[in-house]
Amino acid sequence: MTSEQARAAIQDRLGVTPGGEGAALTVTVPPERWLDLARTARTTLGCAYFNFSTAVDWKDEGLEVVARVENLDAGFAVTMKTRLGPGVTTCGSLTSLWRGALWMEREGYDMFGIRYEGHPDLRRILLPQDWEGHPLLKSYAVDTPHPPYR
Amino acid sequence: MEVKAPVPQIPPAVWTEFKDLQEWEKHRQARPEGDKHSGLFEAVTDGIYNFPGGFVVTSLADGFLNWARKSSVWPVTFGLACCAIEMMATFASRFDVERLGMVPWASPRHSDLMIVSGTVTIKMAPMLKRIYDQMPDPKWVVSMGSCANSGGPFRHGYHVVKGVDRVVPVDVYVPGCPPPPESLLNGLLILQDQIAHFRKSGHRPKPSAKID
Repeated sequence: MTSEQARAAIQDRLGVTPGGEGAALTVTVPPERWLDLARTARTTLGCAYFNFSTAVDWKDEGLEVVARVENLDAGFAVTMKTRLGPGVTTCGSLTSLWRGALWMEREGYDMFGIRYEGHPDLRRILLPQDWEGHPLLKSYAVDTPHPPYR
Repeated sequence: MEVKAPVPQIPPAVWTEFKDLQEWEKHRQARPEGDKHSGLFEAVTDGIYNFPGGFVVTSLADGFLNWARKSSVWPVTFGLACCAIEMMATFASRFDVERLGMVPWASPRHSDLMIVSGTVTIKMAPMLKRIYDQMPDPKWVVSMGSCANSGGPFRHGYHVVKGVDRVVPVDVYVPGCPPPPESLLNGLLILQDQIAHFRKSGHRPKPSAKID
């Protein structure tokens, strides 16, 4: 499958026009279609390689979850995006499709406080387990006291 | 789905109970209750010190002991970040701290000096404190580089301890980002000078700027 065929398949199955140029596709969907998009990318497009998953804090507009998967044989990549909306911190988990998402989503929970529904082991991965708050949120104050060392 | 993380119970560091470095130093040099032998030793040394002319004996003994201490300062090999590269260069043959009697030793239980070489994160600070606690007295700490001194370029990060002196008491601060081996060597010479003027009995004179 080439990247042009992948564009056509996404347009056909999800009704969304992919953005991006050439072999780098960008697809933005509402959160309820997030898992549909992921399943399409995994099965129909054959994107077996999970590159990364992260999030963006758009302040009043809420969080945006971003994940990038690649089809290494065909040489194209799909960047999947979804806006969760203001105040929403729950999102579907991609761990049933890619095992590589396990640690990435733990990091997303650690840094942004996103609760990935269906994740089997959602705890902090980088910060200490007794840390309070999620430091990559824009609302996290830099000088938040964290006893005993600051 | 509400996920509750297990919260490990980390005992608070002894250091947090003290207001400032001076108070902590006083606590560190105090002897535990019921320690008869140290009390006896102190009484004898105080007696000799207060005997007319006796200060010569204690001064000579102190001078000898401090000479021995400063001539065999063993730093524990504890590299934290990129400053550790410069520390390794200092330990290696070109700069060769072994001519000062310093042998980088891979166990805190045999070491006298901890060179904090790099950024101390809040997650790392309890481990650093534990290694410091495992070292036998008398022990010294050299804070190497901007990060260990004050947090450095990461001072406004959410995860960085803003200076290692919030965790352990520090004797010598070496500035630089990272300090070149010459700087660290200068700091170690200043530390040796401080150790040479360390007095257990009698008064502790101010360390001079002279490096011997």
